[in-house]
Amino acid sequence: MPTFSLVHLEFLLVAAQWTIGLSIAAFVGGGLVGFVVALARISDLRLLRIAAMIYIQLVQGTPLLILLFVIYFGISLLGFNNLPALFAACAGLIVYSSGFLAEIWRGCIESVPKTQWQAAECLALTPWQRMVKVILPQAARIATAPTVGFLVQIVKNTSLASVVGFVELAQAGKLINNSIYEPFTVFMIVALIYFAICFPLSTWSRRLERKLNVGRR
Amino acid sequence: MSAVVSLSNVHKQFGALKVLDGVSFDVGRGEVAAIIGQSGSGKSTVLRCINALETIQQGTIDVCGHALHDAGLNRRALHLDVGIVFQSYNLFPHLTVEQNIMLAPVSVKSVPKKEARELAREVLARVGMEAKAENYPEQLSGGQQQRVAIARSLAMSPKLMLFDEVTSALDPQLTGEVLRVMEDLARGGMTMILVTHEMAFARKVASKIIYMHQGKVWETGSGEMLDQPKTPELRNFVGGVSSDQASASV
Ligand SMILES: Nc1ncnc2c1ncn2[C@@H]1O[C@H](COP(=O)(O)OP(=O)(O)OP(=O)(O)O)[C@@H](O)[C@H]1O
Ligand SMILES: [Mg+2]
Repeated sequence: MPTFSLVHLEFLLVAAQWTIGLSIAAFVGGGLVGFVVALARISDLRLLRIAAMIYIQLVQGTPLLILLFVIYFGISLLGFNNLPALFAACAGLIVYSSGFLAEIWRGCIESVPKTQWQAAECLALTPWQRMVKVILPQAARIATAPTVGFLVQIVKNTSLASVVGFVELAQAGKLINNSIYEPFTVFMIVALIYFAICFPLSTWSRRLERKLNVGRR
Repeated sequence: MSAVVSLSNVHKQFGALKVLDGVSFDVGRGEVAAIIGQSGSGKSTVLRCINALETIQQGTIDVCGHALHDAGLNRRALHLDVGIVFQSYNLFPHLTVEQNIMLAPVSVKSVPKKEARELAREVLARVGMEAKAENYPEQLSGGQQQRVAIARSLAMSPKLMLFDEVTSALDPQLTGEVLRVMEDLARGGMTMILVTHEMAFARKVASKIIYMHQGKVWETGSGEMLDQPKTPELRNFVGGVSSDQASASV
């Protein structure tokens, strides 16, 4: 019976790259969608606000696992049978991240005092200028730490992409274990790789939080 | 002399609470009007109405040729003509003093950056703050922040400036430096409406004093009105304020 070897480690590291790639796609895609949803959530248009709220509630109230299933089987229902697992995994994670990032960012935007909006309006800035030049720079400062913190959640949650047949780090571990049956060794190493990805992120998040708390507000 | 600001029978309610109950007054070009009155009498609400930050239920407000009660009001055009300075400064904390001042001229009036910087230096000099152009607001004292807020408003060359208790958050020494800036502005011919608790300042600078009580203009006149109040309410108010000041200075 073969034991854990360099070949297996190499397999895991390649899979880890997929985990990282998937995380980046989820963060960038989810960030873009989430930003738009956050703006819709605080829009003056009631209908837009309600639509954004429903989207956020639906996404946050659904387990990621189910979200992935729904998207995976949903798109094959639509007739796209040969869509790669990568597509379904990305789409699911983007929807998931956007729901949470939208809510985090909405909170940050709203925590900028109303008087700042007012001061900007009294200087005759347009609504968009108020947002971009006065509110967002202040909100971004508040948002940095919780956003990086959420990035860690995304990295860990990419492991669920295996349910739609995508081979990322967790799935790679499972496959290796199926052939050599050394669960403890294999999953220990998988855990260490996850840790190696997430630890710098959480350290960065904590550093940012400290820096921004003592710095000017 | 045409009125820059004209309020006529203005009524304003917050829900069931009647805050302005038929307010009327005019302010002419170059005139300095001081609004005084007890806490809750509606002074800030009047200023906010003049700047269209509040909507009114009844009456008319005309400011620099804009009809505020009109549904077609162009708020941006109004805000180009009217500057306001708040008690809490409301500077933008993520921008330096100079950037705070340049922001509106550059983004609203498309003034080139270089000219905007010169403009910033110029208005900062007027309020005696040119040395702090590169600082962030949090690095300044309250009085300095308030002077920057005045400069920021001045940079847009408003036709009318509103001041809402701009010295109330400051201790006496810092109050003096801000009042001096306002006095210079008044002497320079700026049309101003200020809400203030500084009776001596109102008397010295204002050509018109408006005493508000319970959402109404109770008494209006020049500085002498404070020496010979016609109504018991104003007599009470003036007496209360001056005895406060007397006890504070002891
Ligand atoms: N946004 C609001 N919603 C509800 N009530 C308000 C609002 N703004 C002001 N009021 C009420 O309107 C009344 C007048 O308020 P205003 O701020 O105009 O008084 P003021 O004369 O400026 O008092 P002060 O000297 O304390 O600043 C007060 O009773 C206040 O509680
Ligand atoms: Mg007030």
